[in-house]
Amino acid sequence: MQRTLPAAVVAALLCIAPSTRASETDARLEIERLRTEFEQRLRQLQEDYEKRLRALEARSERVGDTGLSARTADATGAPAVPTASTPSGTGFNPEISLILQGSYQQRKDLAERGLSGFLGAGHEHGSERGFRLDHSELVMQANVDTNFRAYLNAALVDGQAEVEEAWFQTLGLGQGMSVKGGRFYSRLGYLNTQHPHAWDFADAPLMYRAQFGERFSHDGLQLSWVAPTETYLELGAEAGRGDRFPGSSGGGNRNGAGAWTLFAKLGGDIGESHSWRAGIAQLSARPLARPGHWEDDAGVETEVAWSGLSRTWVADFIWKWAPDGNPVERNFKLQGEYFRRREGGDLSCIDNTAAGGACAGVSDRYDSTQSGWYAQAVYQFMPRWRTGMRYDRLDSGSQALGPGFAGVLSTTDFRPSRWSLMADYSPSEYARLRVQFARDRSQLGLTENQITLQYQMSLGSHGAHRF
Amino acid sequence: MNIQKCMQCLLVTVCALWGLGVSAAQAALQVLACEPEWAALVGELAGDRAQVVSATNARQDPHRIEARPSLIAAARRADLVVCTGADLETGWLPLLQRESGNARILPGQPGYFEAAAAVRLIERPAVLDRVLGDVHAAGNPHVHTDPRNVALIAKALAQRLGEIDPAGATIYADRHRTFAARWAEASARWQRQAQPLRGLPVVVYHRNWSYLAEWLGLRVVADLEPKPGIEPSARDLERLIEQLRAQPARMVLRAPYQSPRASDWIAQRSGMPVVMLPYTVGGTATARDLFELFDDTLRRLLAAAQ
Repeated sequence: MQRTLPAAVVAALLCIAPSTRASETDARLEIERLRTEFEQRLRQLQEDYEKRLRALEARSERVGDTGLSARTADATGAPAVPTASTPSGTGFNPEISLILQGSYQQRKDLAERGLSGFLGAGHEHGSERGFRLDHSELVMQANVDTNFRAYLNAALVDGQAEVEEAWFQTLGLGQGMSVKGGRFYSRLGYLNTQHPHAWDFADAPLMYRAQFGERFSHDGLQLSWVAPTETYLELGAEAGRGDRFPGSSGGGNRNGAGAWTLFAKLGGDIGESHSWRAGIAQLSARPLARPGHWEDDAGVETEVAWSGLSRTWVADFIWKWAPDGNPVERNFKLQGEYFRRREGGDLSCIDNTAAGGACAGVSDRYDSTQSGWYAQAVYQFMPRWRTGMRYDRLDSGSQALGPGFAGVLSTTDFRPSRWSLMADYSPSEYARLRVQFARDRSQLGLTENQITLQYQMSLGSHGAHRF
Repeated sequence: MNIQKCMQCLLVTVCALWGLGVSAAQAALQVLACEPEWAALVGELAGDRAQVVSATNARQDPHRIEARPSLIAAARRADLVVCTGADLETGWLPLLQRESGNARILPGQPGYFEAAAAVRLIERPAVLDRVLGDVHAAGNPHVHTDPRNVALIAKALAQRLGEIDPAGATIYADRHRTFAARWAEASARWQRQAQPLRGLPVVVYHRNWSYLAEWLGLRVVADLEPKPGIEPSARDLERLIEQLRAQPARMVLRAPYQSPRASDWIAQRSGMPVVMLPYTVGGTATARDLFELFDDTLRRLLAAAQ
């Protein structure tokens, strides 16, 4: 059609050309006649084409619902005029995605859950067994302008919305440099940057619970640099408010930074089937009156507050295998992380004598060096199906209480551990159903068998995941 | 003490890697191609002037690749990234572009070339709903299986190479002229050879043969995938056998990265042969460049059609 139209116009013009030599009125009449004739022909042509198109469409419907054959029918001609395609994700509206997750959890009925021997990153109240709706994640992201990209991840829970991440990132610095600002998951370790929907197990490793509660995020700035090398090397530094464990809200109330991170990551491929990444990071924080729970020597719960310097080293390693680098059929993933935390500072005990406790506002030194690790392997043995195993271990290490706490508080020497087995089924890359069994020995004198059934549904334009 | 040693180790490693990286960056132009066909095309147009790395090989599904550390490192050094676009690499390319900190290869920059933008896309879905499977909003991205598309893309790419590396612009233009002439000649030959294939009814695994089918006039009567990107289950295949009884096909087409299981099963039950086409450069031992890719594709189709 696009080809025949100009031809018709040229033909019409050629017809017009000789007639202009006649008298003006004649010419006008002639033009008028030609115009109507031209319009008639055009209409005929249009009808003719529409008829042929309808016939082709009908034929393609008969052939099958693949819708391919209508196009193949006229395949002898050259391809049509190229048209620019719209690049993805450049609409003015942000890319929006929603992740819905929920679970059924079979657990013992405990009043309080914690990690014995660790002055924990908070404690979970044991009310969350049975059916439960987990965080619904709402993610929006877009390029702000030519210089910045911004991202928001909000976790919706009953009655509140927590801002998990809300940051901007530079786009155009070049030279491998990138600056991120706002609230973001720290790049330390491997699992720390992953949202729960990207985890391979239903819960975070014990190591993460001991270190950060679940993960560490900064309200601050991140600077990172990718080296121009054949082997992947990235170096980075982060500075933030430091109001989250191992920092504290008191420690965040200051000019300057309350927490810092340094990280280095190295990675590459071995042949076509193997790829790996290793990293090391250090996190420092200066918490002020960081709250915690402790059972005193009279067996009564007391609230404690700790101030000092906390320094954590985290090493991580991940190795992935897929035959010929094609993970669709089968793939294997091995990952492990190790942390070691040294803390030195003062612990003060909030008076609980009224409740029958022995802790009467004592303050003295509390120093500790603690560590932990986990290793996990996940194998996709056929499309859609994966299975995995994880082992967690923590070491309460050396803890030293100042003499002021004699007869009031004492330390627990304990090595929490846990075995987890999981199997999951993903009918598509947007949906996942999982069953997990765990044997948990993270609390002194308690062995618990935990069963978790979980679903994760991802709606909308889901962004790509990191390696 | 240990920590200090660690840091020293790290520093030495960084310096060593830096040295390696500098020595590697000798060629005029560093190019990262998302798929082997574009790596081959850059090779045709730029010759020794560009050092090309392909992010994927022929046995990898370009939809399903991870943003591996090695790819981030390659993206970091690239002056030009040549990809298909049209959402084919949506699961990994955006990460490479952002995480590498390389401003030259961001969308909209001259250093990012999208092949799909140079051609007309077919099978643009009227409705976007994931109930229809892994649909591509922009249309079918497997454009390189039609040599006429390759010719259009080559022209656009040669021009882009000249923009990015003006010193070599005449070289790219010359090489493109030679390539275009050879390609036109080969295309005419392929067109002649493919005459017997016109109207041939075929079954495909995924819609990655639509442009090939359009070019050769193959009639695609069924897909093995019940919906794009969804692997067929036993029940889907049973249903397909029923459908093929009413509407028989001559062969099943599959790419090297697609599992042979489903196509072999269908072939056994229906008596059709499975034809593994190279799909891209490196897909078979003989498909070592773009010309051999189409030579081999036609050879295999004609052999199966006899």
